[in-house]
Amino acid sequence: MYSLFQFVILLLLITDLIVLWSGRVLMLIRLSAIQGILLAALLLLPINGVLDGEHIFLACAVFALKGIGFPVFLRRTSHKLGIEPMVRLRLGRFFPLLAGLACLAFSLLLENSIPEAQGLFPPLLLPVALTTLFTGLIVVVSCAKALTQVIGYLVAENGIFILGIPLMTEGSMWFELSILLDVFAAIFVMAIAINHINSAFASIDLAHFRNLRD
Amino acid sequence: MMLTLLLFVPLVAGVAMFIPGAWPRRPLLPVVALIHTILSGMTLSAVRSGEKISALGGMLQPDALGVIFLMLASILFLAASVYAVGYLREEEKHHVKRDIQKGQLFTNAPEARFLSCLCFFVAAMTLVTTTPNLGALWVGIELTTLASAPLIYFHRHQSSMEATWKYLMICSVGIALALLGNILMSVAFFQSDVDLHGMDQLSAFMAAAQSVKGTDSTIWLKAAFIFLLVGYGTKMGLAPLHTWLPDAHSQAPSMVSGMLSGALLNCALLGILRGHQIMIAGGLSQFSGDLLVFFGLLSMATAAVFIVGQGHYKRLLAYSSVEHMGILALAIGVGGTALFGGMLHAVCHSLTKCMLFLVAGNILTRYHSLSSYDVRGLREDMPLSGALWTAGFLAIVGSPPFGLFVSEFTILKGIFASGRIFVALGYLAALAIIFVGMSVPVLRMVQGRPPRDVPKEYSESLYTVLPPAVLCLMVLGLGFCVPDWLADTLNRAAALLGA
Repeated sequence: MYSLFQFVILLLLITDLIVLWSGRVLMLIRLSAIQGILLAALLLLPINGVLDGEHIFLACAVFALKGIGFPVFLRRTSHKLGIEPMVRLRLGRFFPLLAGLACLAFSLLLENSIPEAQGLFPPLLLPVALTTLFTGLIVVVSCAKALTQVIGYLVAENGIFILGIPLMTEGSMWFELSILLDVFAAIFVMAIAINHINSAFASIDLAHFRNLRD
Repeated sequence: MMLTLLLFVPLVAGVAMFIPGAWPRRPLLPVVALIHTILSGMTLSAVRSGEKISALGGMLQPDALGVIFLMLASILFLAASVYAVGYLREEEKHHVKRDIQKGQLFTNAPEARFLSCLCFFVAAMTLVTTTPNLGALWVGIELTTLASAPLIYFHRHQSSMEATWKYLMICSVGIALALLGNILMSVAFFQSDVDLHGMDQLSAFMAAAQSVKGTDSTIWLKAAFIFLLVGYGTKMGLAPLHTWLPDAHSQAPSMVSGMLSGALLNCALLGILRGHQIMIAGGLSQFSGDLLVFFGLLSMATAAVFIVGQGHYKRLLAYSSVEHMGILALAIGVGGTALFGGMLHAVCHSLTKCMLFLVAGNILTRYHSLSSYDVRGLREDMPLSGALWTAGFLAIVGSPPFGLFVSEFTILKGIFASGRIFVALGYLAALAIIFVGMSVPVLRMVQGRPPRDVPKEYSESLYTVLPPAVLCLMVLGLGFCVPDWLADTLNRAAALLGA
């Protein structure tokens, strides 16, 4: 069970690196869906070996929302607005990937230097969680389209979710569910906003945002 | 029951506003706000008398700190709701309008959606200010973002869309980082013997913090506070995380700007204060205090830089909010007697800033320009709003006899008492620069003769003048005397922060 858990964690890391390299909108949406499915899988592989009803329920909710719901919703928005398949990357492809790898190296170092982390988090969980969070933030900053910023936000939130997995105990499910519901509402509001951006600017390219400055 | 009503009254009103049909929604808003204010007053009274009130299984359980911000949110909601009646009446006169910045045509968002989101926004702030559960507080703060984003985009043009998107994205990412802070705090207390899963998480976390005092777990606690500060600091508008604030405040309808600045920023501050309370319990108040002092001074300095030469009068008020959030962070960080000053400052700033934004809305309606260079002769052209604009300016820069003078002076005394001379010098220098920077555009707008192209016939509506006038009188009153009940509540709140 433990090695399978590590395998899923490694898969998550690979999706992060592809997210940093990819410049295609549909690919980013697919990768966010894969991350959602992998998160649900992590919940079904509990660290202490005991699988309870709360974990199963939460895994189903994560799978339904992050694995299917959000990606389908974002893909539909992308199709409806006729978004160009390629994203203009403000920082190119090389620098985001380099920054992601640097973050991975730093968080591996961090994991080894904090003894408490080794007792609480399974190996690699902390570095992968921090790298996923950082990957999301890089996508938010480097991609010039509103839709990709939403995907970046989703990926960053996935990173935080990974970090919370070892802390999930009896009774924490409602908190996790309310966070999930909050993220759902955020994605929903952001998608509506993207539609309005498209009507106001005839594009969702954020380079058009030049009206407000000092 | 009272607390449950406090949360559910705006929530139900928000849902009711969506009921289709041409029924009179607008008059319902002040009624809801009045009920909310009465309930908030009763809650404050109960907290003051030491009564342990709780609802929804302990999820709502206000303390002195939260109840101050709750009361402020209610008062501002009441002022904004009365103002909204006049404002929306004026707005409905023209279906299609012209964007004053780019000249493009636009329409407003449906009024039902606007009023509904306003009620949801207040419900979310009620949750934030009454819950002792850090998870619920996080959820509430994220909900305030989602409920207020449509309010900023009421005027559906390019500039407001840009402001809304920046607000939504920057604050959502910031709040996600605050969630990381919550998780790291749980990591810090993972091995403590205290049960952390009850609804009153704040007390449990404080007890756990005491049990890990001096251990290696404090490194997680420090990391958690940094993320809470960055996350909620983004929403609070602390520099350099404030970039969304001038855009959102300048593009939102004026009563929304007033509520964002006067009530919402306090809610984000409350998130940081909860973290600070836990740090105090863990013996790490020096660490969190120093960080707050640093970000406080940085915010004041940043505001000073942007206020000097600022021609856009709503952005001027927005940068002034950055300044005052800096003052609050500084006061909390310094501690001691500055804490009471900080709490009083939060009250006075909220009332004054909301009043100023409401008056700015009146000026905008009359002159159709956001540039202070286009507005002249307010004293003659809009006697009531002109007088309130001048009074508001004097209040916000901390001139006597307004309440902000008392609070800023108390904070200064606290800084001197803590022996931080350089901090005091930085504080005074920023206040002096901001005073000069704000006085130039404000006095330019008030003096002189009105421009010739402004229509002669104009009368100021009672709906849009009365709320800022009442707020102004409240700030003036606080300058002369802080009532016992308020001083007592402020002292209790300061005591929770280690005074």
